[in-house]
Amino acid sequence: MKAASFSYLRPATVAEACEALSADSESRVLAGGQTLVPMLAMRLSRPSLLIDITRLQDLRTIEDMEAGIVIGASVRQAEALVSDLIAREVPLLAAALPHVGHPPTRARGTVGGSIAHGDPSAEIALAATILGARIVFQVDDRTEDFEPENFFIGPTMTMAPMGGLLTHLIFPKRPDGAVGAGFREIASRRSDYAFASAGAQIRLNEDGRCAQAWMGVGSVGDVPLAFDVSGLSGTRLTDDDLDKAVDAALAALDCVDDMHATSTYRRRAAARLAVQALTDARDQATGARA
Amino acid sequence: MTTELTVNGHIRRIDVEPRTTLLDALRDDVGLKGTHAGCEHGVCGACTVIVDGDAVRSCLMLAVQCDGLNIMTIEGVALADGKMDIIQDSFCETHGLQCGYCTPGMVLAARALLARDTSPSDDQIREAISGNICRCTGYQQIVEAIRLAAKRTREGNIAPMEAEQ
Repeated sequence: MKAASFSYLRPATVAEACEALSADSESRVLAGGQTLVPMLAMRLSRPSLLIDITRLQDLRTIEDMEAGIVIGASVRQAEALVSDLIAREVPLLAAALPHVGHPPTRARGTVGGSIAHGDPSAEIALAATILGARIVFQVDDRTEDFEPENFFIGPTMTMAPMGGLLTHLIFPKRPDGAVGAGFREIASRRSDYAFASAGAQIRLNEDGRCAQAWMGVGSVGDVPLAFDVSGLSGTRLTDDDLDKAVDAALAALDCVDDMHATSTYRRRAAARLAVQALTDARDQATGARA
Repeated sequence: MTTELTVNGHIRRIDVEPRTTLLDALRDDVGLKGTHAGCEHGVCGACTVIVDGDAVRSCLMLAVQCDGLNIMTIEGVALADGKMDIIQDSFCETHGLQCGYCTPGMVLAARALLARDTSPSDDQIREAISGNICRCTGYQQIVEAIRLAAKRTREGNIAPMEAEQ
């Protein structure tokens, strides 16, 4: 459980970090290190150079911009969890964050690192996929950005450009009107990887009917998945409406099967959690309307 | 690489390889063995220390990352005269430890919690230690210990150890 040797660099600027990254194809970015350091310890990863971005203050901010809520790559999960801006403008992410690891890992782990790692059970990646957040990289002197559905391509496999540094994420701001969000998951222990997870967001019309619904499930396949639940629009969002929408959305869902949970179990759990997340979102939106 | 750590209020300058974890640096270079090495890959919580006010896993940080940061280990928890602090004392009173392997991590996780909130609910206490595995005492007494320490801290009811000062 000891890492192989590597060099360490703590760049002072984003430009310096990018330069170091593109100069050495065996280098890797170190953000919170809550996944990378165990991988180093188990020698699953053997980089030549670690580029520590945790102290790049430019990447430590959460900002309210025209394009959305911009979360810097080095913002820690614990900081995001207590951010009023995220609670107000990205309620689904706010609902997902308490499920991410536990306090000691959230104290170091970053929002960007979770996205860059691309674990299919990552809650932040699921929230980003459901909401269609933009994932922005700096590659040399240009930026490249990705939609989550094009970015996550397999378990811990992403389209991250060679030599690119994930600098920030742009989450869409909550739409106007009564909005609610819900996030549910099931794991063997509170802090463990989920067997199945689900997130949802609901926006209500003036008359209390559904204006728009978002839903997705994680931990069941190779990547987090968002589903079309537009059929809910115009309904009263009764329990029956939600059950039917989830059944239809997940009809063709193919789940992974491993030592922790069978595919049948995952499928049932995902469907149930999706209904629960939608129910939470509906109830929160209804409360916001009242 | 030369790295400067502030450990329990003392500045320690050490020379470590970048691959050295904070855990190994504390145990082998600083010489404080109270931080326990358990799984060494971030699962068990035995190596929990407080870095700049946050409970973190010292096996998941590189020592070089901690350059200039403030670190508290279990050795820094006890009072100056070597007597136990409120949390340690509560662990003893409620039988919150048996073999003691997980205890330093539990105490520091509890300390980080109580430094922020002296009235945690049982759920919040369980959340705070959710990353710490105990394999013999049982979590019930550990939760009880933290609840007791919270009560004493909150009510300003001076713990026996402090009362003697």
